[in-house]
Parts: sequence; structure tokens; C-alpha cells
Amino acid sequence: MYLTKEEEQILNGEAGETLRQAIEILVALGDIYGADRLIPIKSAQIAGVSYKTIGDAGLEWISDLEGQVKVPAILNPAGMDLEDWKRLRISPEFAEKQKAIVQAYKKLGIRCECTCTPYTLEGFSVNYGDHLAWSESSAISYANSVIGARTNREGGPSALSAALLGKTANYGFHLDKNRVPEVSIGVECSLKESDYGALGYVAGKFIGNRVPIFHLKNKPEMDELKALGAAMAASGAVALYHVKGVTPEACRMNFEEPEEKIVIERNQLDEVYSSRRRAGKEPELITIGCPHCSKSELKKAAELLKGKMVSKETWIFTSRELTKRNPEYVRTIEESGAKVVCDTCMVVSPATNSYSCVMVNSGKAFAYVPGMCGAESVYGDMETCIEEATREKKEGGSH
Amino acid sequence: MVPIKLKGRTISRGCAEGEVLLSRDPISFLGSVDPKTGIVVEEKHSLAGKSIKGKILVFPHGKGSTVGSYVMYQLKKNGAAPAAIINLETEPIVAVGAIISEIPLVDMLEKNPYELLKDGNIVLVNGSEGYIELIKPEGSKAEK
Repeated sequence: MYLTKEEEQILNGEAGETLRQAIEILVALGDIYGADRLIPIKSAQIAGVSYKTIGDAGLEWISDLEGQVKVPAILNPAGMDLEDWKRLRISPEFAEKQKAIVQAYKKLGIRCECTCTPYTLEGFSVNYGDHLAWSESSAISYANSVIGARTNREGGPSALSAALLGKTANYGFHLDKNRVPEVSIGVECSLKESDYGALGYVAGKFIGNRVPIFHLKNKPEMDELKALGAAMAASGAVALYHVKGVTPEACRMNFEEPEEKIVIERNQLDEVYSSRRRAGKEPELITIGCPHCSKSELKKAAELLKGKMVSKETWIFTSRELTKRNPEYVRTIEESGAKVVCDTCMVVSPATNSYSCVMVNSGKAFAYVPGMCGAESVYGDMETCIEEATREKKEGGSH
Repeated sequence: MVPIKLKGRTISRGCAEGEVLLSRDPISFLGSVDPKTGIVVEEKHSLAGKSIKGKILVFPHGKGSTVGSYVMYQLKKNGAAPAAIINLETEPIVAVGAIISEIPLVDMLEKNPYELLKDGNIVLVNGSEGYIELIKPEGSKAEK
């Protein structure tokens, strides 16, 4: 891999130990994947934030780093709401460690909003063709596929290294040749809303880490594309997908149709919804917002909850910035007894571990909740989730 | 005798000498290894019950969660990390883990390490220059 004179000096430790280690990580990855050089990035998004996933080792490593990031950088969801962690009954010991992790990142100049949808934030804009080092799988998928920016699936330390250097190794999805569709997915039925998460959940298992191109009967909304990509990145390792006639590269690049073709039918999606009957369990917790709710999803949740009271624990996850921009939706949602929670999600928060059955409207959460939280997950669209949350209890429930 | 020297690819810099411990199975540092002791805890793993602490750990490649990189760092902080690693072909989780933990790592040797190395051999791994050297083919056990 070619390094400039300045980069060689950094690798030799002339710019300090933190940058030496950062560039060593990028050069190692570049060598493994055959990168020719380092390229500048526009922003970084760093995973490895929840104390639940990185533990004391992660905290120590981050705390030992010195210096400042060279590009705008932001964090992935943490293990709790950083301002109001008591509400989901997080232990003080966990909160202490979680705050220390965020503080260690902050010291490096990283924006400490913890969200899986950084592309919705002010001052963090992403455009077609931008090179990035992002590490939340659903955000990677959204940036690559829906925006047409370019990022690999970065791990926590490599995204952080890229942020500290303002560069990443030029391989994988940074290169045109790796962005060409390899498998074609035909969907026979028309889709709406949470059907996209179910489709992603089903398709990701077939696709693995390849690049698919979808042929859909209708034109998906942005939130629907977000749900599709998030689910595929969870049940498979899909970092980039195209939708014929919809996503920017599929419209501009004139891709050839891949030889391998898969057809997905309605009954395969219905199976995702009907898993609830198989599990035979009643949801104890309803969660919405994986990835974090957009403004229009918050609006929809507020409309569905307006004038009602929830009878089950209900958590709606979004970024802190969106709660500040939309206080009226937050108020309406919380008047129902549901909680709007920031900085975290049902997958990475230890709070979810104390429930045995969780209802979700996200294909990603559907895939991760059983393994990460030890709870059954059942699937439904937002309307069904809110119905479940507000259903009156049979034995004269009082609310 | 002239020591046998094999060139490889630098993944993580640094230099270390120690006793070889071979694993034919891939290793996931999240779940396979106890970060406090360095003992392999994954059932049915070819190294199950053995300690990787201070060894020249030879394994084909890593597997499993990206959090494995942080577990390698925990091993290092607990004094339970391998002295160096030789892989057939390193994947990113182990590469990053070795770098942040300052464990020398060389892969893609010019000869298959499984044909050359045996448990107990004394080997030098030079991650900075990208080679390994078989110093004592008989291993330390021959000298008590």
C-alpha cells in the first residue's frame, strides 16, 4: 500500500502513539483487502459505545487515546439514555461505566449524540459520492444505498482510527467495481411499511454479504428503505443494495442484471408476522424505533397514541436532536404513558434483558433481540404494535 | 544450525519469542477465550482447556463478533495475551485486536506453518519486519 511521506512519518510514530496506532490499523486493513492508498473521508460514525458490548476493555482502550478527530465524528447508540437512564431501570454501576465511555469519546472531539441515524442530524450532511467511515450496520446500508455515499463496514476501532486521521483505506465499497449488483431479488407482491423490514429479514439470509438489486412493484418511502437495509444488515451482512428505478446508483449506473435471481413471495413475509403464533407468548414490552425513528415515524406514533393510554411498557427510540426539534410529538407520545428514549435502543440496552417477549416493528430488532437480549421477538407494523400497547387488560385493567 | 526463517506479511508490529501453540480451529476471542486467564473455554475447540498466555499462538484466522478486538486488549491488560500470533490469513477483527493490544502478528508465510511448526517449538515472530524464525525446533521441553 502506498503511503505519502507524511503518512510514513505517522506510521513511524513521529506524530505520537495514538496516531501511530490509528494508521497501523488502517494500513493493516488496507493490506488485508488490497487497498492502494489512504483516501480522505468526510465523516466518521463510531460503534462500540454500549458498555454492554465493549466492556472494560473497550473503555480502557478508548481512554488511553489522545488527540482530536480530524473530521466530524459521532457515536452509535449507547446502552442507556444518557440524561434519563433511571427511567428504564439501568443500574448505577452500568450508568457509571457508560458515562465514562462517552466521556472518553468526547475528549477526542467526537459529538456525543448516540444515534444509528446520523444522516438525519443537522451539520452531519452526507451526499452522493462522499467517502465515509461509518460503523453502524444500518447507517452504512442507508449511506451506501439510499444516499449513494461510500463506506465499508467499519468496526469500532477502525472507524475511530479513521476519524483521528481523517482518512480510510481505499478498498471495498469505496471502489466502483465492488458496488455492482451480484444478485437480483424479484418481489412479487406489493409492499408497505413494515413489509420492508420483513423483506429485508428474509432476503438478508439469502444474500449474505453480497450486493443485491431489488425489483419492486411499488416505490418505497425513505423510512421503508431504511427498514429494508437495516433488516438485511442484521439477518445478513448486506452493506449496499440497489432498488431498480429508485436508489441513486441504480438510476445512474445502468447496471447489468446479475445472473443469479431470487424471487420472494408474500407467504415468506407473512411467516415473519406469524412467528408470534408459533412463539405462543404474549408481548410484555413494545418497542419502536430500530433504526431510530425519523420525524415522520414520530408523527405517526404520536397520531396513533393520541388520546389513548398504554397498558404495556412501550418504548419509542429516536435521536435526542429529533426530540428537541419535535417536542409536540414527544409530548403526545408521553401523555399516553409510552416513553420516548434517546441515545440507545432495544438491542444494545440491558433494560430489554428483563422481558421475555418483545414486540417490534423492525426486521433488525426482530433478528437481534433473541440473541442479544434473551427475549422472544414478535413482529408487527407500527399500527399493530400500538394496538397491542394500548389494548385494555382483560381482568379489569385500570388506567 | 542455521535457524529457519520464513517471510510473511506484517499485520501488527513488534517482536516476541516464545513457545508455539497450534490451533487448527479458528478462534473467536469473544466467547472462545477467558479474558482474565487466557484459557480457551469454547467446548469442542482443539485448544479447549489450554492457556494461550505467553504463547506464540498459531491459528488459521479469526471468527465471530467485532467485539473480539476489545477482548484481545483485555487479555493484554490482564497479562494473559499470547506473546505473538501467526495466522494463515488474518481477518480484520484479529488484526485490529492485535494492533491495539501490541501483539506482534505475521500472516501469509511463504511456507505453511502447520507443516513446519509443532507445539513446544521456540519461535521468534518479528511483526515489524514481517518474518518468523524457528529458533529451537526441538522445543523447550528437550531442555527441561
